[in-house]
Amino acid sequence: MSDTIVHDHEHDGIDRRGFLKCMAWVGTGVVCVVEGGILNSSALAAPSDAGSPPLAKAGRGGQSGFSFAQISDSHIGFSKEANKDVVATLQVAVDKLNALPDRPDFVIHTGDLSHLSKPEEFDTLAQVLRGVKVGRIFYVPGEHDVIEDNGKLYRERFAPDSLGDGWFSFDHKGVHFVGLVNVLNLKAGGLGSLGREQLEWLENDLKGRPSSTPVVVFAHVPLWTVYPQWGWGTEDSAQALAYLKRFGSVTVLNGHIHQVLQKVEGHVAFHTAASTAFPQPQPGIAPGPGPMKVPEGVLRTLLGVRDVTFVPGRRALAVVNSSLADSGWPRAENAVPAPMSVVG
Amino acid sequence: MSRHRGSHLALFLAVSTLVPVTGRAADEPAAQPGRMAQVRIDNFTFNPATITVPAGTTITWTNRDDMPHTVVAQDKSFRSKALDTDQTFSHTFSEPGEFVYFCSIHTSMVGKVVVRTP
Repeated sequence: MSDTIVHDHEHDGIDRRGFLKCMAWVGTGVVCVVEGGILNSSALAAPSDAGSPPLAKAGRGGQSGFSFAQISDSHIGFSKEANKDVVATLQVAVDKLNALPDRPDFVIHTGDLSHLSKPEEFDTLAQVLRGVKVGRIFYVPGEHDVIEDNGKLYRERFAPDSLGDGWFSFDHKGVHFVGLVNVLNLKAGGLGSLGREQLEWLENDLKGRPSSTPVVVFAHVPLWTVYPQWGWGTEDSAQALAYLKRFGSVTVLNGHIHQVLQKVEGHVAFHTAASTAFPQPQPGIAPGPGPMKVPEGVLRTLLGVRDVTFVPGRRALAVVNSSLADSGWPRAENAVPAPMSVVG
Repeated sequence: MSRHRGSHLALFLAVSTLVPVTGRAADEPAAQPGRMAQVRIDNFTFNPATITVPAGTTITWTNRDDMPHTVVAQDKSFRSKALDTDQTFSHTFSEPGEFVYFCSIHTSMVGKVVVRTP
């Protein structure tokens, strides 16, 4: 249970070796900042400010912070018992994003926009997401978006400027973002796959960037092995992570498994996201990974969206998950990540 | 899941009363020599995972899951479209051989068809 992050955590998880254990910022305490490779720490808030330490988006040196949101696994077209109205729950997700106290600069959708890659499913998704009040939504495909045509229609509609099977990168306010595709050219019995061509592109894309650049990588299938028996992993993700290893702050955002799980390895924080459509079981607790049928009142507590805040000078991005049943958003500084053993 | 139990039992009874095919493993169901056989898709598995049939048999896959699946031969000799709940796909195996197939959406799902000389 060393991955479990408990509520009474007294620091932000960086010890003297710079090993990052805790990803979301928890309560008050000590914040550790890496500057020029030297670890400094300072008290965060006076006791009277307990519960509301400063989380200003303005950082050191005038560099500005920002936030972005993640939405995942909308499965438009799904209409089975686990959720007979996935359009309605997607709309709730959109409303939640629009209710964020600080408007995100953009949204990323980490795949399975549709259930069966049908044009009308893509139409509905695009129509509902037009209601998100952000400048842009970036997409990576899920396996449900590339079923009949290896993702041709998906790319035309949602990633027209992407390379190869749909991968791309961009920079935003000092953070490098990389969208990867790991749902194509899959083999029998295999896991998600990035493939040689994409890995070569990634190596070149990262080459020459200073190791101090914060990097956010997003892809549909987890880039860490969650549960290979259900295909919840990416067979060649180790190569991608090797290219990312020298960077001081790497945040990996995935979907696919319809539940929030988190893991930290060195400087890399992995987060899987809730779906907006239906929950899936915790690894291994059901005969298969199919949609989990839950009472109607429970469903929206297991669906959700995510807000991610970057503050210059802080290594860890603040990741806040909020369920579709929650009326508001928890404050980022009060965010407590779900332990590995808790899903939803 | 209870709606499946009865038909599971029926399948078991049907398979267990078939004429044994020489050389097959004890736990490996053989197909009926009536040139038709069934594979069910349940809980992200092909059932039976390995099926042995005489050449000329048509196998029909039925998806009983709430999620879509495909039936795709590793050697690309056959490939279904996405099968939604209760949809089927059939393929006739004319030549003897072993055919590994999988669900291209959920690649942990792997099955095998063994086609024997009739």
